[in-house]
Amino acid sequence: MPETKTPVNRAGLSLDDYRGGKSTLCLGCGHDQITRWIIQATYESGVDPYNVAKTSGIGCSSKTPAYFVSKGWGINSCHGRMPSVATGASLANRNLVVIGVSGDGDTASIGMGQFVHAVRRNTDMVYIVENNGVYGLTKGQFSATSDKGAHVKSGEVNEYENIDLGQLALDLGCGFVARSFSGDGRQMVGLIRAAIAHRGFALIDAISPCVTFNNLADSTKGFAWLREHNLTLHELGFVPPYEAVTVDQPEGKAISVDMPDGSHILLHKLADAEHDPRSRKAAEAILAKDRADPGHVYTGLIYYRASTESPGLPDIMHLGEKSLASLNESELRPTREAFAALLAGYH
Amino acid sequence: MTDNTVVNDFTLAVATVNGSGSASSNTILAKTIFRMGVPVAAKNLFPSNIAGLPTWYLVRVTEKGWKCASGRRDFTVAFNEATVEQDIRDVPPGGVLLVDEELFTADKVGRDDITVYCVPMAAIAKPFGPDPRLRKLLANMVYVGVVAELLGLDAEVLKQAVHDQFAGKEKVVKLNLDVVMAGVTHAREKLDKARCPFRVQRRNLTAGKMLIEGNAAAALGALMGGATFCAWYPITPSSSLCESFIELCKKHRVDKATGEARFAQVQAEDELASIGLVIGAGWAGARAFTSTAGPGISLMGELGGFAYYAEIPAVIVDVQRVGPSTGMPTRNQQSDVKSCYRLSHGDTEHVVLMPSGPEEIYEHTQLALDLAERLQTLVFVLTELDMGMNIWMSQPFKYPERPFDRGKVLDKEALKQVAEFARYKDVDGDGIPYRTVPGTHHPKAPYFTRGSGHTESAGYTEDEAEYKTVLDRIKKKIAGSVKLTPRPVIDGEGDIGLIHFGSTAFAVEEAREILGKQGLRTRSCRVRALPLHDEVADFVRSCRTVYVVEQNRDGQLADIVRLKALDAATKVRSILDYGGLPMPATPVVEALSVGQREPVHA
Repeated sequence: MPETKTPVNRAGLSLDDYRGGKSTLCLGCGHDQITRWIIQATYESGVDPYNVAKTSGIGCSSKTPAYFVSKGWGINSCHGRMPSVATGASLANRNLVVIGVSGDGDTASIGMGQFVHAVRRNTDMVYIVENNGVYGLTKGQFSATSDKGAHVKSGEVNEYENIDLGQLALDLGCGFVARSFSGDGRQMVGLIRAAIAHRGFALIDAISPCVTFNNLADSTKGFAWLREHNLTLHELGFVPPYEAVTVDQPEGKAISVDMPDGSHILLHKLADAEHDPRSRKAAEAILAKDRADPGHVYTGLIYYRASTESPGLPDIMHLGEKSLASLNESELRPTREAFAALLAGYH
Repeated sequence: MTDNTVVNDFTLAVATVNGSGSASSNTILAKTIFRMGVPVAAKNLFPSNIAGLPTWYLVRVTEKGWKCASGRRDFTVAFNEATVEQDIRDVPPGGVLLVDEELFTADKVGRDDITVYCVPMAAIAKPFGPDPRLRKLLANMVYVGVVAELLGLDAEVLKQAVHDQFAGKEKVVKLNLDVVMAGVTHAREKLDKARCPFRVQRRNLTAGKMLIEGNAAAALGALMGGATFCAWYPITPSSSLCESFIELCKKHRVDKATGEARFAQVQAEDELASIGLVIGAGWAGARAFTSTAGPGISLMGELGGFAYYAEIPAVIVDVQRVGPSTGMPTRNQQSDVKSCYRLSHGDTEHVVLMPSGPEEIYEHTQLALDLAERLQTLVFVLTELDMGMNIWMSQPFKYPERPFDRGKVLDKEALKQVAEFARYKDVDGDGIPYRTVPGTHHPKAPYFTRGSGHTESAGYTEDEAEYKTVLDRIKKKIAGSVKLTPRPVIDGEGDIGLIHFGSTAFAVEEAREILGKQGLRTRSCRVRALPLHDEVADFVRSCRTVYVVEQNRDGQLADIVRLKALDAATKVRSILDYGGLPMPATPVVEALSVGQREPVHA
């Protein structure tokens, strides 16, 4: 038998080093696709798995951190509370690569309060919403991101307006807003890699079909509809700092978004979209177009603003490279003299 | 002075309107007396409001050093139109009323059993403050001068206290001093000082002591205890705790050259988030805490149970106030005992530290940070509004001599030495497992944390036996906390026992002396931690009757004591004081005085 050598990344690790436990989700679940893209993205970017903190709340999506990067630490917290837990972890050790996975129930309903404040504070994390418009684990109730008029197998119709998490994040000043589709691996991997490189809150609102409860032919969060109606904004590539950027498209047909760490997001414009994610106005326009015409959904990098313009929370806190977790007595306790002076103020 | 002169044993009460700037005046008076070597116990009774509602500031001048409220208003300064009639009624016979002439003239007071002084406060302040708002503030300084003169306060000490109150603002210092002195002069020239029976005389009883709020003490404890992370949501009466911590950190934890911070703090969107932030930081290895009050505790319930079951270090300082619901946010109670001890759904039990006074608050906050990491669990420090927001005389705090106890953490080197790492396994037989900190570079280090059923190896489980193994071990771990938590303080003789904690201890202390003089000897057991130590059960068994004295309606600690001493549970009765005012000795004295030895509330 010919000897085959397992390919490795720059960290000398193979794809297997980024895998996790076996999924217990339904066969064909969109979430399992996203798990695969996270494994691929962390592998391709050579992320140090021991520095990965996987955070989640409760729900089908929130189970997935057990299915990727087993060499990292996972914390499957309480329903809707992942943003606060992730923020605490990220501040305790700013070197951690915090990857949060949530669902539409976990984020847009019970966790809405924490979500908006994590965005507002610019917590340094990747925040992936595995958005399928239903509560899977409790068997198919509508969620707050479900489109108005959407119906499920039982025939029940959603009477309420849907919450657009991308629009919400943009309104709150989020510096990295993306929408994607679990079935588009190439785009997902690029977006996840870019989100990891971004210092600050990076939202990927990934439509991720629920094959059991919300995958009818006309479900706007189902596979068939998405394959038909997903309008990809760009062909997206991520170029790490150590690789040269080569733009092989004619002038004006590609955008290179420069990130502060020296990496680039390379966007090859597609025929039906001229979107430049560095423009807030353009981002607003894309989301407005989506709202106006429910017959399609744009996916890709919707908005990007460099962390040099809006620092992430660890920078706002002026934290050093040494983690708070590792500081010792001499670094934390004032000296005897300083302590005595402090007490003198109370005499 | 007459034979009836009362020296260093009376309570000064200032009735005013909140938001009127009287806090500075009252602090100056309390500090001046304290610096004359005479112990004071100060209680601020304030409304849940920013401006315009009644507030009283009580300074108990007490040579004996009692720390609880006296329950009396011997010398009342009536400065609030809305309450003046009640304030006049509240002066006990033989007492003194100093009233603003604009509110009431002497002939209308209608009390011939007290000494009445009427002083035109605003008129005296007028030359110093043309602006009416400023004049109002300055009128507060007039009564400082008048009271100082009537009580015989040392002028130099008084001046220094004014100086310190407005430190760094020389113009303000001078203006206020001028007004204070105008008050002094008025009293000297216009008032018959001999009619005032109360005097402060110099003693040497406060040398080396501090005057400090419990919240500031907790903040100092967090600083010295190595807390690096603080998340909080503003709530009375705890806000000043985290604010003090942040101020301390800005001074002592920021590198002057680089601006680099060795702490992080988040003012959260609510208490659900503040405890989540603390748990996230604790999980990632930082020493993290939050402070809150009852309503915040209720919101923290779910994640509190998560910290318990997933075994994540976290500290909550609960500065209790009156409940249930919003209750009376600026009044005192000890009614979160049960909600803290058993916070969250499912079977839980939390370690609760119960300090009495600032020195213990300082010590227990440090200890809580150690215990949270040693036991890998949520630890409460239970204080109260009275202790948290009032200034207390205290022994000077000690510089911590021990290193931080980071507990059973396996680092890279330690992991090389062990055959396996199973996050939730009882390796040492004490119920306490080992943990690793995210970012540890070793193949054995990573594990998965979850609030769902888990095995000893941190895997998901719905298996009955695997679930029970972990849950039972946690019970053992928490039961073992008594080896590490402060033991009860037991003293005295007799067959009547008094169990108490927190600020109640100070009322019990004075009550015991009063009862002793009546011939009733009592034993005292001051509880300092939950779960209870076995000594508490032994104490119950060794007494004929035990009264658990606490500031809540239902006898929350009493119930916990009964369960601990089940065989002697019928001996346990309650003395309860829960109206929200700082507890005086009176309820205990009245309950135990001859003929009254029946339960006040069964």
